[in-house]
Amino acid sequence: MKRLFTLTAVAVVFGCGCAQAQYTDGTIKIGVMNDMSGTYADLSGQGSVIAARMAVEDFGAAAKGMKVEIVGADHQNKPDVGSNVVRTWIDVDKVDVIVDVPTSSVALAVNEIVRDKNKVFLVSGAAASDLTGPKCTPNTIHWTYDTWALANGTGKAIVKTGGDTWFFLTADYAFGHALERDTAAVVEKNGGKVLGKVRHPFPGTDFSSFLLQAQASKAKIIGLANAGSDTINSIKQASEFGITSGGQNLAALLAFITDVHALGLQTAQGLIMTEAWYWDLNDANREFTKKFAPQDKGVHPTMVHAGVYSAVTHYLKAVEALKSDADGKAVVAKMKEMPTDDKLFGKGVVRADGRKIHPMYLFEVKKPSESKAPWDYYKLRATIPADEAFRPLAEGGCPLVKS
Amino acid sequence: MQRVAKARGDLALRRHSEAIAFLVMTGLLVVAPTFAYPVFLMKALCFALFACAFNLLIGFVGLLSFGHALFFGWASYIAAHAAKVWGFPPELAILSGAATAAGLGAIVGALAIRRQGIYFAMITLALAQMMYFFAVQAPFTHGEDGIQAVPRGKLFGFIDLADQSNMYIMVLVIFLGCFLLIYRIINSPFGEVLKAIRENEPRAISLGYKSERYKLVAFVLSATFAGVAGATKALVFQLASLTDVDWPMSGEVILMTLVGGLGTLFGPVAGAFFMVTLENYLTTIGQWVFVVQGVIFVVCVLLFRRGIIGELAQVLRVKL
Repeated sequence: MKRLFTLTAVAVVFGCGCAQAQYTDGTIKIGVMNDMSGTYADLSGQGSVIAARMAVEDFGAAAKGMKVEIVGADHQNKPDVGSNVVRTWIDVDKVDVIVDVPTSSVALAVNEIVRDKNKVFLVSGAAASDLTGPKCTPNTIHWTYDTWALANGTGKAIVKTGGDTWFFLTADYAFGHALERDTAAVVEKNGGKVLGKVRHPFPGTDFSSFLLQAQASKAKIIGLANAGSDTINSIKQASEFGITSGGQNLAALLAFITDVHALGLQTAQGLIMTEAWYWDLNDANREFTKKFAPQDKGVHPTMVHAGVYSAVTHYLKAVEALKSDADGKAVVAKMKEMPTDDKLFGKGVVRADGRKIHPMYLFEVKKPSESKAPWDYYKLRATIPADEAFRPLAEGGCPLVKS
Repeated sequence: MQRVAKARGDLALRRHSEAIAFLVMTGLLVVAPTFAYPVFLMKALCFALFACAFNLLIGFVGLLSFGHALFFGWASYIAAHAAKVWGFPPELAILSGAATAAGLGAIVGALAIRRQGIYFAMITLALAQMMYFFAVQAPFTHGEDGIQAVPRGKLFGFIDLADQSNMYIMVLVIFLGCFLLIYRIINSPFGEVLKAIRENEPRAISLGYKSERYKLVAFVLSATFAGVAGATKALVFQLASLTDVDWPMSGEVILMTLVGGLGTLFGPVAGAFFMVTLENYLTTIGQWVFVVQGVIFVVCVLLFRRGIIGELAQVLRVKL
């Protein structure tokens, strides 16, 4: 049955192949899959679909005679749901490229399927640095950020800007341990000192005793090696204990502008974090935001949304150059070969292991008195140049690099 | 005369209602891949088996376990680990998953059946959560990332399961086999004792039945079937993750059983297909998934409390 279908498809392509570029079934289909109902709905969700649509419009696909279609789905943060959606998309709906996919377990599952089916996977929402490490594939590009970049950016830049003593509040599972280990290594390498660490159960609700230990350590920086609701709760409770007003700074190792928005400046002020993109950084970003926000209920774009825009733009360029979207590996190879250039991330490259390279930024959340407009949340503390922002190619252990 | 014949026909139909329903179900499942996506069907079948296993306990012994994700999830972890790291063939991977579930079932069951009602539910939940946190921490489960890229392997060494239709046939055979086994258990003298315990435990004890032993055996059986379902699911999706051991999974299986029809033979299957279909087709409507699921649950509880199949059986006046 499937073979018959492929044969027909091939026949159709050859039959009218002379006319125009050979896009499978005549359409480039982009599948945006993420969390549209849970924890990550704000930072990815519907906004990523909007960002993808804007990328297609700005690229002028219609004028160039490319038919592009966008579909969206909610993986509910369940790997089996995500896996099912992606398989159906590829096998039945003929989707050519999967975009976004936060939640590392889902992203890793999609990573395998896309490799098997030879399509393209552009990761913006997921953090797992394994995607360009041991689990890298010739079909995947990791666009926006990863855990290594966050740990490195936050650790290094904070130490260099004076935060040289650290105390870690770590979620007690593999992800938290890895984040803590990576950041601590960076801190010590740059001359900082780790005064202590404490592990909290995952998921946690009461952080008071851990926060008191952190406070008593007198460390200048309290590193939050956790994610999602754990980060939100620890920031809230730290604010209740007056930790930031007492002169210590919290450094979130995985947080987004939408988290700051949810917490409010009163609670989040003084928080330090690394991001790949901020809407108020330059004119191009502000202009993009002006178009984006009204479509997403006023939510300002996160770095994940911007990453989706940038990734889709580059994908369309590669497909245009190849005049075909049929072979996922070839498209990704083309994307690695062409330098990236778009209005949100500027010029950059995609490395052999699938890592997109661009600068990262260290931000500090403003005090309520410093904020002049809604969503005016960050002040720039440091810029981490592109060549230092991501894990060096040789250290990732990606099998593609050796060959 | 004609009327009598018709009545007799009706009676025969009634007497064999379960057999007829089974044939209809099997027929549908055999032709289903021609119009539905096989991976989706396999997922539904795994959940159907899971719900049947759960129903064996709540529907026929009256024990509400709130920790069945423990058996489902751990079996999927062990099966995935066995297939990926130890290089087990699929049949052995599934068996090792089922055996793990049986072992865990024996331990949890032995502790939990000493109490009844809400206490029973809470003990199962507590033990399941304990094992969930173990799964979060244990290195071989890879925490949040789960066990990925599990090879499906070759069944009995020569049937390649990477082929979608072979995989579907295997899942279907496992499901139907377990379903018949559950049917056999329910309709055996052992099953009659279970139902007696459900209806009136003191009376069953006074008749000389050691109810605790019966309950324990039923618990272990239920855990084992849940394990088979979990292990099979690990091979279908080629992954095992925290979703399957977490407590919402225990809740979901309760929901499936309730929507389908508690204590009916086919109810859990219908319920599982219904819920999985919902979960699958609602992925495109984004944030409304949970609202829709909630509304359906409320409607179900308010309007047809016997569940889809339970109500159908009532209308047709047959046993299903």
